[in-house]
Amino acid sequence: MKEEKHIFSMLVDNVPGVLSRVVGLFSGRDFNIDSLCVAETLDPEVSRITIVSRADAPIVEQIEKQLNKLVNVRKIRDLTGPKAVKREMALICVKAKAQHRAEILRIVDIFRCKVVDVGPGHYILEVTGDEGKLAALLNLLKPMGIKKIARTGPIALFREPN
Amino acid sequence: MKLTGAQILMKAFADEKVDTIFGYPGGAVIDIYDELIKTDIRHVLVRHEQGAVHAADGYARVSGRVGVCLVTSGPGATNTVTGIASAYMDSIPLVVITGQVPTHLIGNDAFQEVDIVGITRPCTKHNYLVKRTEDLATVIKQAFHIARSGRPGPVLVDIPKDIANNKAAYTPPPPVDLPSYRPNYRPNQKQLQRVAKLIERAERPLVFVGGGVILSGASQDLVELARKAQMPVTASLMGLGAFPGTDPLWLGMIGMHGTYRANMAAGACDLMISVGVRFDDRVTGKTDTFAPQAKIVHIDIDPTSIRKNVPVAIPVVGDCKLALEQLNQLIDTQQMEGLATRRKKWFARIEHWKNTNPLAYRQKDTIKPQFVIEKLFELTHGDAIVTTEVGQNQMWAAQFYHFNAPNRFVTSGGLGTMGFGLPAAIGAQIACPDALVVDVAGDGSIQMNIQEMATAVQCQTPIKVVILNNCYLGMVRQWQELFYDRRYACTCMDCAPDFVKLAEAYGALGLRATRPEEVEAVLRKGIETPAPVIMDFAVDREECVYPMVPAGAPITEMLLV
Ligand SMILES: Cc1ncc(C[n+]2csc(CCOP(=O)(O)OP(=O)(O)O)c2C)c(N)n1
Ligand SMILES: [Mg+2]
Repeated sequence: MKEEKHIFSMLVDNVPGVLSRVVGLFSGRDFNIDSLCVAETLDPEVSRITIVSRADAPIVEQIEKQLNKLVNVRKIRDLTGPKAVKREMALICVKAKAQHRAEILRIVDIFRCKVVDVGPGHYILEVTGDEGKLAALLNLLKPMGIKKIARTGPIALFREPN
Repeated sequence: MKLTGAQILMKAFADEKVDTIFGYPGGAVIDIYDELIKTDIRHVLVRHEQGAVHAADGYARVSGRVGVCLVTSGPGATNTVTGIASAYMDSIPLVVITGQVPTHLIGNDAFQEVDIVGITRPCTKHNYLVKRTEDLATVIKQAFHIARSGRPGPVLVDIPKDIANNKAAYTPPPPVDLPSYRPNYRPNQKQLQRVAKLIERAERPLVFVGGGVILSGASQDLVELARKAQMPVTASLMGLGAFPGTDPLWLGMIGMHGTYRANMAAGACDLMISVGVRFDDRVTGKTDTFAPQAKIVHIDIDPTSIRKNVPVAIPVVGDCKLALEQLNQLIDTQQMEGLATRRKKWFARIEHWKNTNPLAYRQKDTIKPQFVIEKLFELTHGDAIVTTEVGQNQMWAAQFYHFNAPNRFVTSGGLGTMGFGLPAAIGAQIACPDALVVDVAGDGSIQMNIQEMATAVQCQTPIKVVILNNCYLGMVRQWQELFYDRRYACTCMDCAPDFVKLAEAYGALGLRATRPEEVEAVLRKGIETPAPVIMDFAVDREECVYPMVPAGAPITEMLLV
């Protein structure tokens, strides 16, 4: 069966060990994690965890059910597909040789990134976008030389009905 | 009112009507023990913490109540892990209280510190580290609630020493309401209507039940359904006793060591009503050849069990008892009128399978282990509580002892834990003081928790240990005989203690039989003795358990006697 990328978003009790329960479930059952994001919601008793995983349909069903079964997980949704907006942030440290500096700034402009650190030999760029945008940007920056990168992995929210 | 954590714990136990605790003291729980002896809770002092958990497990299985354990931090806590994992696999409700080093020392690698919450996260239904004395009452209440509700399971509560010692204002906690934990008991009515239709139309139905039926107390409803709709019944190891083992509709156990007719019926049925099961690989064999002609209906309280291992035509999430009750109402006996004749062919096939390959063994001049179990069944009329160890002994008990009621067969099904049976028997005997409790054991397994004989003697639990002594790790040897060209690597247990003398050393009675004609007398004597007994039966050393489905093969392809 075909593996597909799925993005799961769950609301969990904001208590010690809850992340460990979620992550332990993935490793213990040999489910895959591509990326993971956690932070408190407006309600300090509740956190949101967003996990991207690759799996075939029966495993996706198991992941959802198994997560739901955890006592500290309140709600889980599969936000795969266009019904949700997804964004990821990245910090990219790119080499900035004299002959490339103008080109990099042009790219920054086109992609609506921000330069958050400048040095004689580098820029650190901050970028937010969906998967496609980040891939396109990285593709363009690669020839200049990417020194380091830190990505958050995607977060997602359902679009509100119009 | 201000109370210490230990006192609050006693209040919580009283609220939950805890009458027995299986435990072992140590530095981190002295304060709790100091309060415990002031209550009228019975404390059963085991000889190893693993024994405490299995004993609480046995207690829970026969009584239907939550089993409770109390152990110290560090090694006391780690010793419980096998017991907890066993209970988790078999969905047995336990609350395990572990002591912990004082909160200010947590994370310091303090003396007897271990992260037991971390260690047991994957093998508990839920667990807690209590960090404030004022949380204790609520946590314990939640722990019992989670352990016994939904799909039951073990819950561990780790209590640091200072939390047990500190004082806090005590108010009785309100009823548990966890927004993140709301098991769904009520089955979907529409789904059940579809199931009823399928039952009415099926030509070759088969009911397959597991431990869930016993846990939800649905045996009566199961019997009603099977009789009303004239459906034969099989069960997993965990489901034995859910349906009367002497009923004409009973086919025997399914799976790796299932009966010929149960496995053949699974292969040929056109409808499988599976209730409270999880389609373990020991049941299904090769999954894509399991019940290949059947529409599978799966009723279970745990949604994760459904479609985990086999495709399901109609899933029904809910309590087995509620589901069976409602099915019984939905099934229209008018519709069923013609069915007795229509299903005649199906029952004729089953009868044929029964007669071609019944459970059997060849009687010889050595004691056959199956013969011992048959005699035990005869002498006890199927009324004993039977616990088992793991291996061939367990399978022979499952095959040759016929249970007419639930909560009488106590076995480590999911984890297959050697050393389970003896402590479980003690727990079962404490829950049912008047019952005859027998541990069917192997010579290997019994040595894994033999120290609990001292507990049995001290507590005056008159349990009977029946050792089917083949001087082998028999089940492993059987695999080696059948699939490894008889290379018996490290499975010969030549150097065993003299179990009769060992029994005597513990202050119990030891008996031995070496010839078939001695079996009955030894069993009689053992059963009559109002004290713990070890009966050592020197059985045919190379007897194998049949039928056997080689691992990973379709269950209709059995090696037979
Ligand atoms: C704790 C544990 N260790 C190892 C095993 C693997 N195992 C399964 S059956 C078995 C042999 C058991 O021997 P015995 O108790 O003598 O029973 P028999 O099969 O001979 O009846 C072993 C070693 C196990 N199930 N549990
Ligand atoms: Mg043996």
